Amino acid sequence: MTSLPTGMTEVLGRTFPFPRRHFLSVLDLNPVEVSDLLDLADGFVSLNRQTSKKLDLLKGRTLMNLFFEASTRTQSSFELAGKRLGADVVNMSPRSSSISKGETLIDTAVTLNAMQPDLLVVRHSSSGAASLLSQKVTCSVINAGDGQHEHPTQALLDALSMRRAFGRIAGLRVAICGDVLHSRVARSNVGLLQMMGAEVRLVGPPTLMPAEADRWGVEVFHDMRKGIAGCDVVMMLRLQLERMDGVMAPSQREYFRFFGLDREKLALAAPHVRVMHPGPMNRGVEIDSDVADDPSVSLIQDQVEMGVAARMAVLASLAARLENA
Amino acid sequence: MPARPIAFVNVRLVDPASGWDGPGALLVKNGKIAEVGQGHDLGTLGDDFEVVDGGGVMLAPGLVDIRVKTGEPGTETKETLKSASLAAAAGGVTSIVLQPDTDPVVDEPSVVDFILRRARDIELVHVYPAGAATKGAKGERMAEIGLMHEAGCLYVTDADRPIVNSKVLRRVLAYAKAFDTLVAHRPADPWLSAGAAATEGEFAGRMGLPSVPPIAEKIMLDRDLALVELTGARLLVDQITTACALESLQRAKIRGLPVVATTSINHLSFNEVDIGDYRTFLKFDPPVRGESDRQATIEALATGLIDIVVSAHAPAPAEDKRLPYDEAAPGAVGLQTLLPALLAFHHEGRIPLIDLIRCVTQRPADLLGLPAGRLAKGAPADLVLCDLNAPVVIDADKLVSKSKNSPFDGRRLQGAVKMTVVDGRVVYRRD
Repeated sequence: MTSLPTGMTEVLGRTFPFPRRHFLSVLDLNPVEVSDLLDLADGFVSLNRQTSKKLDLLKGRTLMNLFFEASTRTQSSFELAGKRLGADVVNMSPRSSSISKGETLIDTAVTLNAMQPDLLVVRHSSSGAASLLSQKVTCSVINAGDGQHEHPTQALLDALSMRRAFGRIAGLRVAICGDVLHSRVARSNVGLLQMMGAEVRLVGPPTLMPAEADRWGVEVFHDMRKGIAGCDVVMMLRLQLERMDGVMAPSQREYFRFFGLDREKLALAAPHVRVMHPGPMNRGVEIDSDVADDPSVSLIQDQVEMGVAARMAVLASLAARLENA
Repeated sequence: MPARPIAFVNVRLVDPASGWDGPGALLVKNGKIAEVGQGHDLGTLGDDFEVVDGGGVMLAPGLVDIRVKTGEPGTETKETLKSASLAAAAGGVTSIVLQPDTDPVVDEPSVVDFILRRARDIELVHVYPAGAATKGAKGERMAEIGLMHEAGCLYVTDADRPIVNSKVLRRVLAYAKAFDTLVAHRPADPWLSAGAAATEGEFAGRMGLPSVPPIAEKIMLDRDLALVELTGARLLVDQITTACALESLQRAKIRGLPVVATTSINHLSFNEVDIGDYRTFLKFDPPVRGESDRQATIEALATGLIDIVVSAHAPAPAEDKRLPYDEAAPGAVGLQTLLPALLAFHHEGRIPLIDLIRCVTQRPADLLGLPAGRLAKGAPADLVLCDLNAPVVIDADKLVSKSKNSPFDGRRLQGAVKMTVVDGRVVYRRD
C-alpha cells in the first residue's frame, strides 16, 4: 500500500505479537493484553470511520469463516474485519452441506485446513467445539461462539464500548440480565469484566441462572429492580422465544413484566446508565424499543461498530504472531 | 490337551473368602485349585509341574467384572468378544458379565446362545451374558426373563436405560423373583438427565455444559427401593455415584432390603475437573461427579455400603469420541485398568487390600452364584498374579481393546498384572 490512512502509523505501532496461536477464551488473556487489544481496536475505530479503510496487514492471508450456526451479524463483522486488513475471506456454512452427509466437525475442519487458511473463525452449537478444532488444525482458530461456553470477541467489543463510553472499565458496576444459563456472551463478559476490575451482577429468573453462579465471584439477583439498582451498565441478553412458552418462563408477557428492560426499571440504575445488548434483540420481550433506540442511553449500535474494530485488533494481533512463526 | 499343572510358590495369597492375606503357595491341577498353602509351602511336587516363583507378589482370585460392554453382536468395530476377552485377560479379569444392549438386544434365549457359543470358541475368560429386563430394553414390555435365565443369563437389566414406567419395573421385579433372577437397574431420573453431559454445579456452569443435578440419581433410587420393598425382589443398583443416593442406599440396607450396589472405577478415580478442556474420554454415563460425591463414593466402598466395583467397560471408537463434548459417546474402556486403578486406594492406605479385592472377586461371584472368586480347594483355577508395587504408566494406544477410550491415559498407577489363569490355563503372561 502506498500511503497509510491518517493516523494509522500510530495504530500499527500498537500491534503486538500475540503470545498464543488461538483466540479461544477470555480466560487465556491477562489484563495487559486486554488493554493492548482495546488500544489497538480504538485505532481501528478511527480507521473505520475514514473513507479509505483498507490496510495490508493481512495481505496474502486467508481468513475462513466456518459458521456451523447461522449468524449474520458476527459473520459479516469478521468478514469486514478480515477484508479491511487485506485478507482474502471465505465464508463456509457447513450446516447446509457436508455435515448433513455425515462428516464430523473434525473431518470438515481437517479438510478446510488442508486448503491452507491462516485464520479460521469458528462458531458451533457445542461448548468446547472451537478448542477441539484448534487441537486438530495448523492455522489460528478464533472462537466466534461455542455452544453455551464463550464468545470472547463479543466480550472484547463490549469492553471497548464501555471503555469508550466511560473512559474506564475498572470500578464500573455492570448488570448482565436475562438468560445467563444459555449465554456464552454472559460467560465471556463475566470473565473479562472481572479481570478488568468491574463489579459484575447477574440478573434473571432462577430457571435461567446456572447452578452455583454465585461462586463465579458475582452477585446473583432474581429481582431485576434490585439487580440493576445503581448500575453503570445494564447488559441485556437475548432470550430464545421458544424457551419462554412455559419452558423456562411462563410466558413472554410475564417475562417482560419482571425481567424486561423498560424506562421504569431503568430509572433505578445510575443516572448516567448505558444499556447494551449483543443482538439480535427481541423488542418488547427482553427490551423495550423506547430504551433500545434512545441514543442517550443505548450503546447497542456502538457495539456493532466496535465489533468490527475489536475483531480487527484480534486478527491483527494473531497475524503478527503468524509472521514471526 | 489338558493344561500343565502349575505350582505358585513364594506368593502373597490374598483371599477375601477365607480372610487370608499372607505368604503362601497354591497348586493348580486339572483346571481346579488342588491345594492352598496358607502360610506354608506345598508338599513335594512332581516333574510335570510348571513352577511359578512369584517372588512375593500377590496371587488373588481372578477378577469378576459384572458390567462389561462389547460391540458384539452389532457394532464389532467398537469391540469384539475376542478383543474384550483379551483385554480382560491382560487386566487380570477372569469372568465378565456382558450388558444386553447390543444389536440385536439380548432379550431372548437365542442371542444368549450365540454369545455363549462365541465365548466357548474364543476360550479365554469366562463370558456370561446379562439379559434385557424388557423387550428391546425399551422399558415397555417384559423380556423372556425365565427362558434367558435357563439359557444362562446371570441377571436382567436394561443397562444404561432406566425403566421409567413404575408399573413395568414392578412387574419385572415381581416376575424375576419367581426365578430368583437378579434385576439390575440404573437409578437416573430420565427427565432431569435428558441431554445432560455433566453434573450440575459450578464447573459445568462455567463450561457451558448441559448438566444433571446429583439428586436425579436419588430420585430414581428412592422409587426403586420402594418397589423392592413392595415386591421383596432382589435389586442390584447399577452404579451409585452420589452422596445423596448413598444416603438412601444406607437407609434401605439398615432396614434389611435385599439390595446390592455397584459403583464404577471411573467414578472412584475421577471428578468433574478432570474434564479439563472438554476431554471426552471423561464423559461417562452417569456423568463424572464433583469431588465431594467422589469422596463419598470412596468412603461408601471403604465401609462396605457399596458392595461391588465394576469397570463399566464401554468401548467407543475415535469417531464417537472425537466430537464436541455434548455430542460425544459416553463410556470408557476399563477392563485392563480396573485392578491397578483400584489398587490406588490400597497404596493411599485408604482401604485394606483384601477389602478392595473382595469387591471385585468374592462379592460379585457370590451375588451371581459363580464358583469363582475364591482361593479354595476345588474352586476353578481363575487367578491373577499381580506385582502390587510395579509402576505402570497407562498408554491408551497400547491397550488391548479395539477402542482406546481410556480416561486413565497417561496416568501413573501402581500394580502390574504378571499372569492371568482361567480354569488352569494361562491366558495372559507379561513378558
